[in-house]
Amino acid sequence: MHWLPSDVSTFGPSVDHVFRLILYIVGVWFIAAEGAIILFAFRFRRRPGHAAVHVAGENMRQLAWILVPALVVVFLDFGIDIAAGHAWEEIKLESPKPALNVSVTAERFAWIFDYPGPDGKYGTPDDYWSMAKLYVPVNQVVRVDMRSMDVIHSFAVPNLRLRQDVVPGRTISAWFEATKPGTYEIECTELCGSEHYRMQASLVVLSDSEYARWQHEHWSSIASKPSSSASAGVKQ
Amino acid sequence: MSQAAAQRKALQVAHLEELSFIRKYIFSTDHKTIAKQYLGISLFMAIVGGFTAYAIRWQLAWPSARIPGVGTITPDAYNTLVTMHGTIMVFFVAMPFLLGVFGNFCIPLMIGAGDMAFPRLNMLSVWTFLVGSLILLASFFVPGGAAAAGWTGYAPLSARPDLTPAVLGQDMWIVALALEFSSFLMGGVNFITTALNMRAPGMGLWRVPLLVWYEATASVLFLLSVGPLIGGAVMLLLDRLVGAGFFLPAKGGDPLLWEHLFWFFGHPEVYVVALPGFGIMLEILPVFSRKPIFAYRALVYCALTATGLSLIVWAHHMFISGMDPRLATPFTVTTILISVPFAVIVFAMIATLWGGSIRFDTPMLFALGGLTSFLLGGVTGIFLGSAATDIYLHGTYFVVAHFHYTLFPVTFFAGFAGLYYWYPKMFGRLMNETWGKVHFWLTMLAFQGVFMPLFFSGIAGTPRRVFAPNEYPLFKAIQPLQVHATIATVTLLLVQIPFVVNFFWSLRRGKRAEANPWLANTLEWCVPSPPPHANFAHTPRVRRWPYEYSVPGARLDWSPQTESGDTMLPAAGGQ
Repeated sequence: MHWLPSDVSTFGPSVDHVFRLILYIVGVWFIAAEGAIILFAFRFRRRPGHAAVHVAGENMRQLAWILVPALVVVFLDFGIDIAAGHAWEEIKLESPKPALNVSVTAERFAWIFDYPGPDGKYGTPDDYWSMAKLYVPVNQVVRVDMRSMDVIHSFAVPNLRLRQDVVPGRTISAWFEATKPGTYEIECTELCGSEHYRMQASLVVLSDSEYARWQHEHWSSIASKPSSSASAGVKQ
Repeated sequence: MSQAAAQRKALQVAHLEELSFIRKYIFSTDHKTIAKQYLGISLFMAIVGGFTAYAIRWQLAWPSARIPGVGTITPDAYNTLVTMHGTIMVFFVAMPFLLGVFGNFCIPLMIGAGDMAFPRLNMLSVWTFLVGSLILLASFFVPGGAAAAGWTGYAPLSARPDLTPAVLGQDMWIVALALEFSSFLMGGVNFITTALNMRAPGMGLWRVPLLVWYEATASVLFLLSVGPLIGGAVMLLLDRLVGAGFFLPAKGGDPLLWEHLFWFFGHPEVYVVALPGFGIMLEILPVFSRKPIFAYRALVYCALTATGLSLIVWAHHMFISGMDPRLATPFTVTTILISVPFAVIVFAMIATLWGGSIRFDTPMLFALGGLTSFLLGGVTGIFLGSAATDIYLHGTYFVVAHFHYTLFPVTFFAGFAGLYYWYPKMFGRLMNETWGKVHFWLTMLAFQGVFMPLFFSGIAGTPRRVFAPNEYPLFKAIQPLQVHATIATVTLLLVQIPFVVNFFWSLRRGKRAEANPWLANTLEWCVPSPPPHANFAHTPRVRRWPYEYSVPGARLDWSPQTESGDTMLPAAGGQ
């Protein structure tokens, strides 16, 4: 479990909870099954004077030995389904009202983040765009509307426990609420060509005051693209 | 010997003598020769696939270092390697090894038939497969190199010739796959027809050995699932060659269509190879435990249930693909439910060991190694089958570790188990036991060493299919895991040398095999090793169930299917 990277999103604990639940359930089964195989292999190895028993498991009394555990498996399966279903619903089906909307464009091999600017509308002169850096405020719901210009990419932020494929021809939305300021990795996790492995970006989670300052520096003073700011890249 | 049987015998001898070398060994319609041809091709392709694994793993452990025997590779070459590794291992190793070799060799012999129902179709199948394999291999050498869009060939990356350097290579990849599919369609029709129509008198459905059940069920599954992907392959080729745009949004197409077509086949494909692998293990366990297989009929029903369920789970590969997220939970339920038939199969295998008198010959060691390793692949599938955890684990090394823990045990552990077990029947000599055991233990340890670290790498979030994982700040610290996996990979490949040497050495020098060296019940062990052309001098009469071992009061601890006497399961048609 300690292998999981730190979790900085509101729904991260739900994912980690399901992970832990499955780990405990299958862990017990796995150890029991391996233990039984090793034990039986040792206990029933060929020894002189010990013949094998003649049991074919063709009557109900014998079949119960495998059918009862199988029934338990069915019940545990549904338990996992329910837990996983809830977490999935929270992450992918519900969409809380966002405080910030960012438009994400995936293009071989870069991530571009467009902000609507002070007026809250896209397509106006005060729009702001940033290359490879997604700035968001902490403890606020952020909605990303993602498009791809060419092939399938996948927007993945391990620390947020968030991943969503970005498919050309569609706009696919996702949301998150980061709980801790800091810089986290954004990766493309769908093979998209030669430089796929370089298609990385950063999620910069800012505290309220830092975010206000960032907004003030970049949004209000800038009236046209591209930004002259050092934090914003230049489109190739 | 009756007159009819004598005549039959005479015909067989005459038939055998008039066959030229070419008809006997090259353009042969004999299912046993065809099985050996599949064996030769699949082992050669396994060497190519293993070599790609070596280059991939070296790059991952020591990015951009010179790979001994290969040189340094570019990111494009890396993408080619991972694409071709997956394609070769799944379609050109696992399928020909598990279906082509053991299906062809065992089905007619186990049911008491002289050959397949359609011997010429069978020959066409192996030759089609060979042409497909050659096209795939040739694609390495064309300008631009071999396909580089991943073994799943996701569009638009695979659908537009301008997106990867492999222009001709990707076209050849599609053609090679289409030929491979056609080959196994022909093989599958043969397997099913033979298993249904060619059984010897007395062999009712409930007396059919489990390997035959599992091979035939796998073939049914293949026939049911591959159609849409053959359509998909044609569409993909049209997209590339004439810009048809089935998968290109700019032309009104949809990339998700390819994912559906691919995975509608791609997931059942896992069971197409898993079922024969399990079939092999299920044949070997009772023989070496000297005990009846536990819950034979339940095992048949499990194969059928898994087949049915596997057709409605494909979208678990697409939870985060952008398909309607409301579909995730239904597909989670069906996916996780498939654990039930496999749990029953595993429980039945464990129950077969209980109370046995277990001999640990090489085939048994490989069967047990396959079972114990597959268990980890099986249980880790639950993490990926449940949509919530898949959000995090999808596309990471956890997936890589998971599917290698399922496919490697069924392909190589079960495949080697089957090869050591039926080798004497195929070639008339036994493989060396000591070197077989050495091969097993080293393979077992090295295999765990390769893929165990990758689970942890995946839990830490490392994405698969990246050229240089060390360039991600988050995964720099766990680079040693990649190094461990690579050292184990090199070891795993090197310890196959004893197998290769043993295989060829035993062809000429191995201990000569009697008809029934393992004291097993199924019909192939009542004919000489190797069996003559047309297999049975006279059609055998099946008098009992295949798994009667250690019958109380019997003189011997095995009871061949042709032997009369009390039998545990009812005769043909019963129940």
